[in-house]
Formats: sequence, C-alpha cells, structure tokens
Amino acid sequence: MSIRGVNIHIDQLKHRYSAKSPLTFDGVSLQSPPGEVLAIIGRSGCGKSTLLHILAGLLQASGGTVRLDEEVVQKPSPHWVMMFQAPHLYPWMKVAQNVGTGLRFAGWKEARIRERVEEAIRLVDLEAHADNNVQDLSGGQQQRVALARSLVMEPELLLLDEPFSALDAFTRSALQRDVRSIAKRLGFNVVIVTHDIDEAVIMADRAVIMAGSPGRIMTELEVDLPDPRERHDPAVQAMRTRLMDAFQDAAQGKSGPKGNEAAQEAIAANEPQAAGQHG
Amino acid sequence: MSGGATMSGLDFTAAGAALKSSGRNLANFVGGLAILLAFWWLGAYLLASNPQTASFSTFGPIPTFQAFPELWANGKIQSAVMTSGYRLGLGLLIAIAIGIPVGILVGRSKRFRELSNSPFQFLRMISPLSWTPVALFVFATWNQSIIFLIAVASVWPVIYATSAGLAKVDPAWFKVARNLGATPWQMLTKIIMPAITFDVLTGIRLALGVAWVVIIPAEFLGVTTGLGYTIQDARETLSYNNLTAMVLTIGIMGYILDSLCVFLIKRYSWQRGAG
Ligand SMILES: Nc1ncnc2c1ncn2[C@@H]1O[C@H](COP(=O)(O)OP(=O)(O)OP(=O)(O)O)[C@@H](O)[C@H]1O
Ligand SMILES: [Mg+2]
Repeated sequence: MSIRGVNIHIDQLKHRYSAKSPLTFDGVSLQSPPGEVLAIIGRSGCGKSTLLHILAGLLQASGGTVRLDEEVVQKPSPHWVMMFQAPHLYPWMKVAQNVGTGLRFAGWKEARIRERVEEAIRLVDLEAHADNNVQDLSGGQQQRVALARSLVMEPELLLLDEPFSALDAFTRSALQRDVRSIAKRLGFNVVIVTHDIDEAVIMADRAVIMAGSPGRIMTELEVDLPDPRERHDPAVQAMRTRLMDAFQDAAQGKSGPKGNEAAQEAIAANEPQAAGQHG
Repeated sequence: MSGGATMSGLDFTAAGAALKSSGRNLANFVGGLAILLAFWWLGAYLLASNPQTASFSTFGPIPTFQAFPELWANGKIQSAVMTSGYRLGLGLLIAIAIGIPVGILVGRSKRFRELSNSPFQFLRMISPLSWTPVALFVFATWNQSIIFLIAVASVWPVIYATSAGLAKVDPAWFKVARNLGATPWQMLTKIIMPAITFDVLTGIRLALGVAWVVIIPAEFLGVTTGLGYTIQDARETLSYNNLTAMVLTIGIMGYILDSLCVFLIKRYSWQRGAG
C-alpha cells in the first residue's frame, strides 16, 4: 500500500448549528502540505469535532470552503475517512468483515477485498484476530480494527477525533506511535483533534491551537522532532512545555487569532464569559 | 506441559458443564410434560367418575391417543395442518412484508412516528376477530378473509418490534457507514437490517403466537377445512377424543413453530445471551 497525500486548503470556514445558535467557530483558515500530520488542540466545546465533521464531509459548513488538492469537500468519500473516539464496530461482523465494510460498499470483488483487508489487518498487527468476533476484543484491539477499517480505504486524508482517549495510557501510547509510523510510511495526511498535549507532541508535525467562543485558530507550532519520539526524551519534554505555554496563552487570550488582529479584542472581551460557560 | 494439562482440564470441565446443562434441559422437558399429562389424566378421571359428566370421559389422554391413528390414516390431521399452515404462513408473510417496512419508517422518521402513533394505537386495540364482517365484505372468499384476519392480528408485533429495535441502534453506526460511503440502500440492507434482526425475529415470534391464537376461532366460521373447522366438526359430532386429538395437534404444531423461531433467533442474532 502506498498512498499519496494531499494539499489541504481550509478557507475562511465558519459554522453554526442552527440560525438561533451562536457561531461554533469563525474565520478558520488552514493549509497543510501532503503527508503532514496536523494536530488541532483546544478545550472542550471550541468546535474541534465540528470542524473535523466538516472536513469529513459529514456536515455542511455555514460558510467557507475545504479543498483537498482541487477537490471541494462536500460529502463523504473514500479519499477522506474519519475515525471516531469510540470504535463503533458492527457486532454482527467478524473482524475481517468489519475492516472490509467500506470496500464492500464501493462494490469491490470479494477476492480483492480479502487481499486488501489482509494487508490492512497486518498493518495494525491483528493477524491473529482476523476471524474473531469483535465483541471478544479489548478496547485497544477494537480501536485497531477501526483504524484498519479506515486505512483499508487508502484515504489520502485520515481524520482522527480523539481516537485514543478511551484507552489506557499504555495502549494509547502504542497506538499513537503506530498511527504516526503508518502515516509516515504510506504518506497520507492526518488531521488529529485532541486535548492531550502529549498526544500532539508524540504524533504531530505541526500543532494548531483553537480557542475562544466562537472558536478560532489562535496560534501554531512546528513540532520538529526526530522519530521515534520518546516521552522522556528532553527534546520532547521541551516541546511539550512550549506547546503547553502556547495553549495557556491562547486560552487566556494573550496571543491573538492568527492573521486577524481586529478580532483579538473581541475574543479577549468574550473570554470571561466563555470561561464561565465551560466551567 | 503443565500448561497443556491445565488447558485440557479446563476443556473437560467446560464440556462436562455443557453436558450437565443439556441433561438438565432434557429432564425439565420430560418432567414438565409428565406433570401436564398427569393433570390431564386427573381431569378426565374426575369427569369419568361423575355420572353426570361420564359421557365426556373420552376427553382423557388414552382415548385421545387412540384417536390419532385413525385421524392420521384418513388424512384429517395432515390436511387440517396443511390448510391452516398455509393460511397462517400467508397471513404472517403479509404481516411481515408490511410490518418491517412500516416499523422501519416508524423508527427512522420522527414525523411518521408522531403522525401514526394515535391511529396505530387505536387500530391495534381492535380485537382481530371483530374485523370479520369487514373482511367478508371486502374479500370474495372465507379463505381470503381468514388470511386477512391473521395478517391484521400479527402485523402489530412486527411493526413495534422493528421500530423498537431501530430505536436501540447506535446512531454512530449510521455515521460510520455514511463515512465509509454507504448508499441509502446499502445502509438499509447492510446496516439497519442486520442490526435489528434479533428484534424483528422476536417480533415475528410474538406475531406467530398471536396468529396461532386467531386462526382457530377464525376457522370456526364459514370454512370447511383447517384445524379450527375440524375441532368444531368434532364437537358437533360428539367425538370428543377426536376433538382433544386436534387440540393436541394444535399445541404440538404451535410448539414446533415457536421452537423454530427460537432457533432462528439464536442462529441469526449477534446479541450476547440472545434467545
Ligand atoms: N449537533 C449539534 N447541534 C447543536 N450544537 C452542537 C452540536 N454538536 C455540537 N454542538 C455545539 O457546538 C459546540 C462545539 O462542539 P464540538 O463537539 O465541535 O466541540 P469539541 O471541541 O469537539 O469539544 P470536545 O473536546 O468536548 O469534544 C459546542 O458548544 C456544542 O454544544
Ligand atoms: Mg469533540
């Protein structure tokens, strides 16, 4: 399997859920080159999942555009696949059938499906469980199945919405390393949403910080660390501290929204109220 | 080595437990039927020992079992079972063909659910047999009317079980499927249907019970075939052992059909501890 990445262009994206509800986020613009692992960090409720659903084509934005290379994202596609916080596997299918679901939807022949599924299952180290019942797997194994179910589509962009937050620390860090190494090996783009700073440092090439209400991109940071990244490595620790500081500055409204000085004051003015809302 | 021994030891215990539980099931099955038979025999004995009711003593188990060979030889049992089975099967099939799509609509569309709620509750509470005059008016033959009555009676459990099953489905399953490129048709056949198989089959099992209850009185009227008619006929000709033999046949048939449903539920549902 080898997958080329894409240029992601997000241009002045904004969203509100209904005419009466407030803007979830506003003026979000982002670029990401092919093969980049981009982390979006932000507090609960700032619109990260909403943004990801729009990138996946599962939700229509109220304004702005998302383009992958020249293609405008408007609906789901095998080229951009999202993986959720919970595995959401289909319990009436075995592991291998779960992994092949998307290919079956696309009308592939069974023989080709089998081949590709085998490869995806090998990628996530579940060869021994291919014929198992998904209800018999651990949480970490189930999330690996969900990962294989996404990877089997050979997406150019993999969208991850806090995919490991329900797992124990040990399983989580193993999966974080695995996803990064698979992405780097195959060459597709990843956008991962998280509120775990460590996760961003271990996985991402670049981290952007979202804050405020409506949410905006406040700042960004290159995570230029060599692979493999070890948690106790001083360089990783230092990056973690930098990211944490940036996050706190953003939360307190010290750093303005990227490329939008005028809105900074508005954000700052809104901040006490927003902080109150989110406890 | 010791690991292997432990493994086989475990296996042995598991097999023993399985054997024990199936032996226990068999004992329960036989014991339960024996108790039922004892009560039946006692009832017949009491009838026979009272001079006023002695003429009904052929209700007892022994005359009943004696009636079977003749009923079988002259084909009465087979033809009654076939005819009633045909009506039941067709009525149920219609109920399923209507009940599942309507149930899915109720479960998926809030608007349809709200709109249909009161008329459905109202229609559901009408005793199935009270539709008889309407059925006779609409349909040309008694046969068709009986099939209609069965369908009317058994469509509700299918509708409600289907929509209840759909209500329990994890909405994320739809999102994941959409995300993987499912068309609406694939959503229906590959996600919704397998997700609710257990509930639909449970609904069909209930529907079967209802249909089985409705078909007998429905066949008391008009027709000259089927289990209900045969019972009516036996009563009028005062052959009570034939009557109980047919009642027994009804019981056995119902039991077999219900067991078939239970088997299908166990076979085709993914829910843990189903059935
Ligand atoms: N379906 C919806 N309808 C209306 N409002 C919604 C809906 N989903 C989310 N929201 C609102 O939009 C805002 C952003 O939600 P979102 O789930 O995108 O946040 P998030 O950053 O992913 O938070 P978390 O870190 O807790 O997952 C929240 O205020 C939320 O209440
Ligand atoms: Mg979220």
